[in-house]
Amino acid sequence: MPGRRHAIRGAGLLVSVALTVLGLLLVTFLIGRVVPIDPVIAVVGDRVSADTYARVRQELGLDLPLWQQFLRYVGDVLQGDFGTSVLTSRPVLEDILRVFPATLELATAALVVGVLLGIPAGVMAAVHRGRWPDHLIRVIGLIGHSIPVFWLGLMALLVFYARLDWAPGPGRVDVFYEGLVDPVTGIITVDALLAGESDVFWSALHHLVLPAGILGLYSVAYIARMTRSFMLDQLRQEYITTARVKGMSEARVIWRHALGNIAVPLTTVVALSYASLLEGSVLTETVFAWPGLGLYITNSLLSADMNAVLGGTLVVGAVFIGLNLLSDLLYRLLDPRAR
Amino acid sequence: MTAQTDTTEGGMRAWLTAETPRSRGQARLGRVYLGWLAFARNRLAMIGLGIVLLLVLMAALAPLLAPYDPYTQDLSQRLLPPSAAHWLGTDAFGRDILSRILYGSRLTLMIVALVAVTAPVAGLLIGTVAGYLGGWVDAVLMRVTDIFLAFPKLILALAFVSALGPGIENAIIAIAITSWPPYARIARAETITIRKSDFISAARLQGASTPRIILGHVVPLCSSSLIVRVTLDMAGIILTAAGLGFLGLGAQPPAPEWGAMIATGRQYVLEQWWVATMPGIAIFVVSLGFNLLGDGLRDVLDPKGQ
Repeated sequence: MPGRRHAIRGAGLLVSVALTVLGLLLVTFLIGRVVPIDPVIAVVGDRVSADTYARVRQELGLDLPLWQQFLRYVGDVLQGDFGTSVLTSRPVLEDILRVFPATLELATAALVVGVLLGIPAGVMAAVHRGRWPDHLIRVIGLIGHSIPVFWLGLMALLVFYARLDWAPGPGRVDVFYEGLVDPVTGIITVDALLAGESDVFWSALHHLVLPAGILGLYSVAYIARMTRSFMLDQLRQEYITTARVKGMSEARVIWRHALGNIAVPLTTVVALSYASLLEGSVLTETVFAWPGLGLYITNSLLSADMNAVLGGTLVVGAVFIGLNLLSDLLYRLLDPRAR
Repeated sequence: MTAQTDTTEGGMRAWLTAETPRSRGQARLGRVYLGWLAFARNRLAMIGLGIVLLLVLMAALAPLLAPYDPYTQDLSQRLLPPSAAHWLGTDAFGRDILSRILYGSRLTLMIVALVAVTAPVAGLLIGTVAGYLGGWVDAVLMRVTDIFLAFPKLILALAFVSALGPGIENAIIAIAITSWPPYARIARAETITIRKSDFISAARLQGASTPRIILGHVVPLCSSSLIVRVTLDMAGIILTAAGLGFLGLGAQPPAPEWGAMIATGRQYVLEQWWVATMPGIAIFVVSLGFNLLGDGLRDVLDPKGQ
């Protein structure tokens, strides 16, 4: 009965995801309740009559028991109502949809850096296990784990922008090109290509290199470490010995056979590091004045705009859960042994 | 009598490495000594230990070491480059950066110590209780743990700080609240492997209560893998605290917190580079120290991780 077992396992996964999402909502709801800001005063100001105060309080549903308030909150969020931002006086969801593509662009570019550097580094470390390339990659990984990302970003701006003038300054595109292409996807590099504006595309790409490179370095260490341990497992297997005995070239054994066999677990690792890149983008965006979700959340925080903060937290949390689910599904889908 | 003379001749070393220790204390000390030998062979781990000890010394002796007061402003001395009078230069208020970094080590150490005391203890209790009792208690506790793990740590810490208000105490609380779940997972996994052991059954049959078994028998056995994990997490805690400080949500000015110092140096970074650079180097060196130390401890305490 493999089909039935699948259905049961799928249902179990769905229930667990639903519970996690509900827990996420409960946490943001409770955080919103402990804030020392009176939501009524935030709406009407503190110079209103007791009657108005009571009326607004009732309209906001604050006189209801806590569990009913929570149900209302869940209902609102599921309908896409995250409240209104005090800072921009627009619906929070609208704001988030506007800034999210910038974060997506940054995190995706950083992931490309992480994969292109991390996988070869991990393979090299495994092949030369215990010798200097392995130690070098391990130490670089440790150093990468110890540098504050915001400081490295500042230093990169100091060296590559101010001193050497190799990289453009903060922002997503040169001021000159700002607003030149219509936001279709919100991802400037893609929009510029769609509009056929190669100048804008190159400017945007140029602006992307430094922040994406810095952010990407943080996933390099993780991807390299995981690649190394997966590769070590493979290189111990007998089919590798067989391939070598057959006279296959070492490069083919390593890059095609061994690496080919770890593609599936690596996919899940990459999906997971994508999630941590979204988190790392909060600090990177602040340093590079990158107008994404991270900058939106921190700006809202500093002006005590709770709806925006909690909305942003919720979206990042949901993306996190989604990526975890995706990596789980990919693993089951791609690896025949997990079926 | 011969055994007696052996120990005195070989001195401390022989007593510690004796094949047949004659007391539990000797056996225990001997194991610690062997672990220390393995650890001391790892050069990088020793460097890490040195850095951490240096941090503790710096924090303890800050008033003696610091050449200036970290809070006194002197606008005639503002933004001076590194020189003989001010080794690391001065900041926008004319305060000596070296003195501020030295005093800042106290804040860093305090954050690390408080988080390292609270989060692992909470995780250990939740994990061992869940693993030992099993059933619905386990299901509920692990579900809660999963929910916290589903959040990106920094974002959750940001949300907590926004609710509690900025400040170093609230930053510590937020970091602690977001750090316990991995410890709970580790402790639960370890507990499950030992809860069916004979010695646990023996303790239960002797009439030991559940709290007594958990606290007296299960918790000590889960501690060593947790210590490694905590040491490896220290660097992350330092970086998160510095990140919160950088965003203006951690320690508030004029406290000489390293992350906040970078934030104030940010606007001068292109001209007066030292203001933001120096505290960053301090954060980097200290986190690297904890990472190297944790890495070495893992090799000693958990050889399968190699």
